[in-house]
Amino acid sequence: MKGQNLGFQGTPEQEAKLKKVIEAHASEPGCLMPVLQEAQAIYGYLPIEVQTMIADGLGVALSEVYGVATFYTQFSLTPKGKHRISLCLGTACYVKGADKILAALEKKLGVKCGECTVDGLFSLDSCRCVGACGLAPVMMIDDDVYGKLTVDMLDDILQPYREGKK
Amino acid sequence: MVNLKINGISVSVPEGSTILQAAAAANVEIPTLCYLKGVNCAGSCRMCVVEATGARGLVAACVYPVSEGMEVQTNTPKCRQSRKMTLELLLSSHKKKCLSCLRNTSCELQRLSLEYGADEDRFASAKPDTPLDTSSPFLIRDNDKCINCRRCVAACKNLQSVEAIGPIGRGYAVHIGAAFERPTIESNCVGCGQCIVACPVGALTEKSNVDEVWKAMADPDKKVVFFTAPSVRATLGEEFGYPVGTNVEGRMVAAIRRLGNVEVFNMDVTADLTILEEANELVWRVRNGGKLPMFTSCCPGWIKFVEHTYPDMLPHLSTCKSPQQMFGALLKTYYCEKNDIDPENLFVVSVIPCTAKKYESGRPEFRKDVDVALTTRELARMIKTAGIKFTELPEEQFDEPFRIATGGGAIFGATGGVMEAALRTAAHMLDGKFEVLDFKEVRGTEPIKEAKYKVAGLTVKVAVASGLANARKIMEDVKAGRKDYTFVEIMACPGGCVNGGGQPTLSDSIRNSNLDLRALRAKALYTFDKKTEIRASHDSPTIKMLYGEYLEQPGSRKAHECLHTEYTARKKY
Repeated sequence: MKGQNLGFQGTPEQEAKLKKVIEAHASEPGCLMPVLQEAQAIYGYLPIEVQTMIADGLGVALSEVYGVATFYTQFSLTPKGKHRISLCLGTACYVKGADKILAALEKKLGVKCGECTVDGLFSLDSCRCVGACGLAPVMMIDDDVYGKLTVDMLDDILQPYREGKK
Repeated sequence: MVNLKINGISVSVPEGSTILQAAAAANVEIPTLCYLKGVNCAGSCRMCVVEATGARGLVAACVYPVSEGMEVQTNTPKCRQSRKMTLELLLSSHKKKCLSCLRNTSCELQRLSLEYGADEDRFASAKPDTPLDTSSPFLIRDNDKCINCRRCVAACKNLQSVEAIGPIGRGYAVHIGAAFERPTIESNCVGCGQCIVACPVGALTEKSNVDEVWKAMADPDKKVVFFTAPSVRATLGEEFGYPVGTNVEGRMVAAIRRLGNVEVFNMDVTADLTILEEANELVWRVRNGGKLPMFTSCCPGWIKFVEHTYPDMLPHLSTCKSPQQMFGALLKTYYCEKNDIDPENLFVVSVIPCTAKKYESGRPEFRKDVDVALTTRELARMIKTAGIKFTELPEEQFDEPFRIATGGGAIFGATGGVMEAALRTAAHMLDGKFEVLDFKEVRGTEPIKEAKYKVAGLTVKVAVASGLANARKIMEDVKAGRKDYTFVEIMACPGGCVNGGGQPTLSDSIRNSNLDLRALRAKALYTFDKKTEIRASHDSPTIKMLYGEYLEQPGSRKAHECLHTEYTARKKY
C-alpha cells in the first residue's frame, strides 16, 4: 500500500468535523475537491481511513477519491511532522547541489522525501522555488528560511528543533 | 440529418453523430485505441485524429460532432504522421515482450503499429519494470504494457458500477490500479473480466491455468475430465475463423477429446440440475413466505458483487451452487463412487466463458471440487498447441453419463436464459398442466427486462438484468421497495455469459462495427434450444437418472449437501 502507515490517530472530534463538511457539500456536483481540501485541513493528511469516510459519505468510489488525491500535489497521503522541512529542488538550487542536501536529509532523518519521521517531529518534502535563488540551495523549516546550505550545516540547523527550542 | 463528406464520400447522419460514426456510414475506418463502442469514449489517445473543415488542427473523430457541410479527410499525410508519432510515443515506454504476450496477434497496438510502420525504438526510454499484479486467481495486470487508454476503468465503472480500479497519480507516473495500490485480490474487484476483454493490449490477461491441465494429463495416476459451459459452444469457433454466432459444439467436443486421454462432459446437465433445485427453492419460498425476491446464484461475479456491495441482501440469493460447482461436487462424489475412482485422482477441468469462475473454483467452501477452470480463450490455446485442425474435425458427442441435456440448460449462456429455463420448470412444478416453453419477454439483450406471469393462481413478477450497473439499479429498487419482484436473474456480464470476461477477444474493428455481437452469440444458443428434442430441464433423462440414483429429489438432504452453498459478507472496498 502506498503512503506511510504510522497508525491512524484520528479523534472523534475530527471525525465529527469531517462528517459536517461532507454533509454540507454532499449535494453539490463536483464536491470531492473541496471536501478533500477541508479533510486535509482537519487531519493534516488524507489516510485511507479518511478517504474511505469521504467515499462513503459522498457515494463516490474509493478508487475515484484516491485517483483525485494522488493527482493533485496539494494532497498528502502521509502525515506531516510537527516541523515541516521543505527543500527547494528548483533549477538554481538544484545546480547548486540541492540533490546532495536532499540525500543527506533523507539519511539523517531516516525517511524518504514525502515522508514523516516515526516520532512525528519532522516531515520532509521538496518544493519548486521559494523565491530566494540568490541563497541557493535553500530550504524552509516551518516559516524559517535557511540558505547557502551545505551538508555540514544540517545538524546544527536541525538541533534546536530536536531540543524543542524552535 | 446532417450532410457531410468523408474523404469526398457524401453521407447523411443523425444530428449529434461523431465523425467516427459518420465515417463508418461511409465505410471508412478510422483507427482508434481508447475508443470502445458502448464502453469508453474519451478522445484521449489521439489515434483517431482527422482533418475537418472549420476545425483548427487535427480533431479526435471519436468525440468531434459532425456539422452540416463539413468535409473530413481521414487519410492525409498530416493524419498519418500524427498517428505514427502517437504510436511511437506509446511504444517508447511499452514493454515490448510481444512474442510471449497472450495478445500477440490480437493486440490493437501491434496491429496499428504494423499498419502505420511505427518504429518501436524511435524514442529511447527507461526500461519499464513495474511488478506484475498476480494476486488474484483470475487476472494478471502488467502495467508496463498498459497504454493508459482507460478502457478497463470505463468497463469497471460504466458496465459494472464496481469501480475497483481507476487512474492513480499524474503525468508520466499515471497508472491504473485499485485504491491505495492494493493488489487486485484485496480490492472489491468481482473478477468478471470485462476489463480484460476491454483491454486493447496485453496489460490485462486471465491468469492461465493451462499448464496445470497439461501436467495433470501427463500424470498416469490422474483421470482428467472436462466439462464445457453452455456458451462456449457459441464462441469457441471465433478462435478458429468461424463467423460470430456459430455453434461448434460437436467439433469442440472432438477437439477436447484429441487433447489427450480425457472425457468430455456437458455442463448443460448441471445447468438443468440448477434449474430443478432453483425452481424448487423458488416454489418453496413462494409457498412458505421465504425471502423474496429470490435472486439467481449461477454467476460468481454477481455473487461476489453482492457479498461486497449488498451483504444485507445475501439471504435473497438462491442457495444453489453454480452449475460449475454442482458439476464439480457431483463428479467428486457420485461419479467417483459409481466408477470406483479415488476423488484425489480425479482432475476436474471446467471450460467456462468466465474469469470469475476461476475465483469461484478456489473458494474454500468448494474444496477444489473443480481443480481448474479454463476460459474459452485458454481452451482455444490448448487446441492450437496440440496441433489439432479444428475446422477439419468430425462433430462428436459428449461422453456418458453427462451427455444429454435440455435446451433450457443451453440457454443459460445468455441473459434471460436462466430465467426462461427456470420458468419452464417452476411453472410446471406449480401447475403440472402448464405447457408453455417459450417465455419470449425475458429474451433479448436489453439491460433490464421485466415480465409478469400467472401460474396456478399466482402472479409471478420477474426481472432479468445483465451488467452489474443494471443489477445495481434492480437492487436499489428492491431495497427501496419500489419493485416487488418474485424472482430475478442477474448475470454480471452485459448480455450474459456469451459476452463473458473469458470469451474470445474480437478485434476493435469488429467490436466497433454495427454488429450486435451479444445478440449473435445468444442466437446460436436459442437456435440450439429451439431444435433440441427436450427443452424443459425437468424432462431431462440425465436429471431423472441423477435424482433416481443419487440425489433423491430436489431439495432433499442429499441435494442440499451436494448442490447448495452459503455466502460470505465482504468489505465494501
